[in-house]
Amino acid sequence: MKIRPFRLFLLALSLLIPAALCAVVLFLFTYAGQAILFNGLGFLSRITWNLGNLYGDPVTVNGIQVPQGANYGILVFIAGTLASSFISILIAVPLSVGAAIFLAEAVPELERNRPRWMPPVRPALSMLVELVAVVPSVVFGLWGVAVLVPFIGKYLAPSGSGYGLLSASIVLALMITPIIATTLLDSLMQVAKENRESAFALGATHFEVVSKVMLPMVRTTLIGGIVLALGRALGETMAVLMVSGGAINILPTSIFSPVSTIASFIVSQLDSAESDPTNMAVRSLAEIALVLFIITLAVNATAKLLTSGALNVRSRK
Amino acid sequence: MSAAVNNTSRNQGLALRRAIISNIGWVACGLGLLLVIGPLLDIVGVVVFHGISAFSIKLFTTTTNGTAGGLLNAIEGTLVISLGAMLIAVPIGVGAGIYLAEYGTNKLGSAIRFLSDVLTGTPSIVLGYFSYIVFVTTLGWNFSILAAAITIAILIVPYLARITEIALRQVPNTMREAGFALGASEPGVVFKIVLPGAVSGVVTGALLALAISVGETAPLIYTAGWSNYLWNGQLTNSPIGYLTYVIWTFIDQPDSQSHALAFAAALLVMLVVLAINVGVRLLVRRTKLV
Repeated sequence: MKIRPFRLFLLALSLLIPAALCAVVLFLFTYAGQAILFNGLGFLSRITWNLGNLYGDPVTVNGIQVPQGANYGILVFIAGTLASSFISILIAVPLSVGAAIFLAEAVPELERNRPRWMPPVRPALSMLVELVAVVPSVVFGLWGVAVLVPFIGKYLAPSGSGYGLLSASIVLALMITPIIATTLLDSLMQVAKENRESAFALGATHFEVVSKVMLPMVRTTLIGGIVLALGRALGETMAVLMVSGGAINILPTSIFSPVSTIASFIVSQLDSAESDPTNMAVRSLAEIALVLFIITLAVNATAKLLTSGALNVRSRK
Repeated sequence: MSAAVNNTSRNQGLALRRAIISNIGWVACGLGLLLVIGPLLDIVGVVVFHGISAFSIKLFTTTTNGTAGGLLNAIEGTLVISLGAMLIAVPIGVGAGIYLAEYGTNKLGSAIRFLSDVLTGTPSIVLGYFSYIVFVTTLGWNFSILAAAITIAILIVPYLARITEIALRQVPNTMREAGFALGASEPGVVFKIVLPGAVSGVVTGALLALAISVGETAPLIYTAGWSNYLWNGQLTNSPIGYLTYVIWTFIDQPDSQSHALAFAAALLVMLVVLAINVGVRLLVRRTKLV
């Protein structure tokens, strides 16, 4: 075989991407190793996160040095992550399905009789939906702190504090709606013309055509988009950190309870973890990061299988 | 006879009900669109309103002092980190994109594409924490520009590769064949024919990656640290400020002065991110390249 240096060079460059991914997994895993041994499986099911006595002499458990009384459990954060993500999906799905249907079917209908001087509205509207996705997470958080949290605290929360699960879920929902909406919009536009027209010919109203013929046809893609959005919500950090209230050692009891997600907890623990002389807290945080990576990997892989599945609709000719 | 009348009235009732349900459905869908776009407009409105009132010359000429002063150090930090990340990521991302578009139709190509997608889906805080344990602590760089820039680079390389690949695939194969027929080498075809033909797509990808890196926060918290001072020119062992840090920490301070700084920083970040994204979308729609 002829050796082509140019190709090999480009291949080497592109192999850096998988290499980076492998490095991330490998280093997190080796660094977390001692923590994984020390924490065991109970890591996932214990409620208390206690750094132990950082100023006393460390004790040795099974040959691993840990601060006295240290106990690392992340059930609270797993619960916070799952709860906020699922509630955000519950909010986001109806909104984004409605938005996508309106953009795909209603806007062209409304625009049909527009005056000649008026530019089409749909590109501008769908651009606005896409732009929601590019707003930085921290700006969503800022808006949450400045607008949403005071509103919820004043009108909804019995405790008077708006920081909590509901605020986090609403902000997350706003962030993931464009993912679901654009996925659905793209696939609605690709539904075969024949199917649409046959439904009309049978006497269905326009809304029935959309809801009973077109939506079922793009069901798989829609679910794929929702799972993709779920993956994004699970790993979202800054916005959640700013509005969630940051609970430790207590499971959420209502939608107004303060919560912590896995991602937001990692950020909030930087300072305290650094003061641990045995480094076990930093190692346990690496283990948390690994857990978060595995969860999002599983979710994103599911989304990929669904969106590229054989059940996709044929493109409109 | 009466049965027929009954039937028609039943049909009319049914038709009426269907029409009503349809109209309710359309209104609900419109409401959904409103609730998706409304918050965006509110975010832009709130940030612009509070941000503009905090704008002054001082904001751009003085550094942060505690939670007061200006944002010069943060603006400089964001610029240095983003440009540093681009410097690392663009050659790798574009190179990978070229490989995937030109020679990546085999199993190896799809494997790289899949792993690249996995990297895109990895939460940015995981990447940040990885850099913390590798660069900041193990390699002993401490909070530094280099650690921050590498982290952001890891984050944006998959985007660059994907967009470059899409852009290059739009170049018709006949152009490649014409190049080869004229005796051009492989690098010649790629650099003189394919890349120039797809240059606007590649630039689009680079700009979108820049927008992402300007708006990122989570991976920087564990790698860049924070500093009230201007960059001293060192790549390692010197923390650096950045705009998104100002947004998330200063809004938690009790005084209105730090809130004003947070909104001013958010306005600057939003201006860059929205300008790039709106500009790219308008341009791309016209040329229909990506």
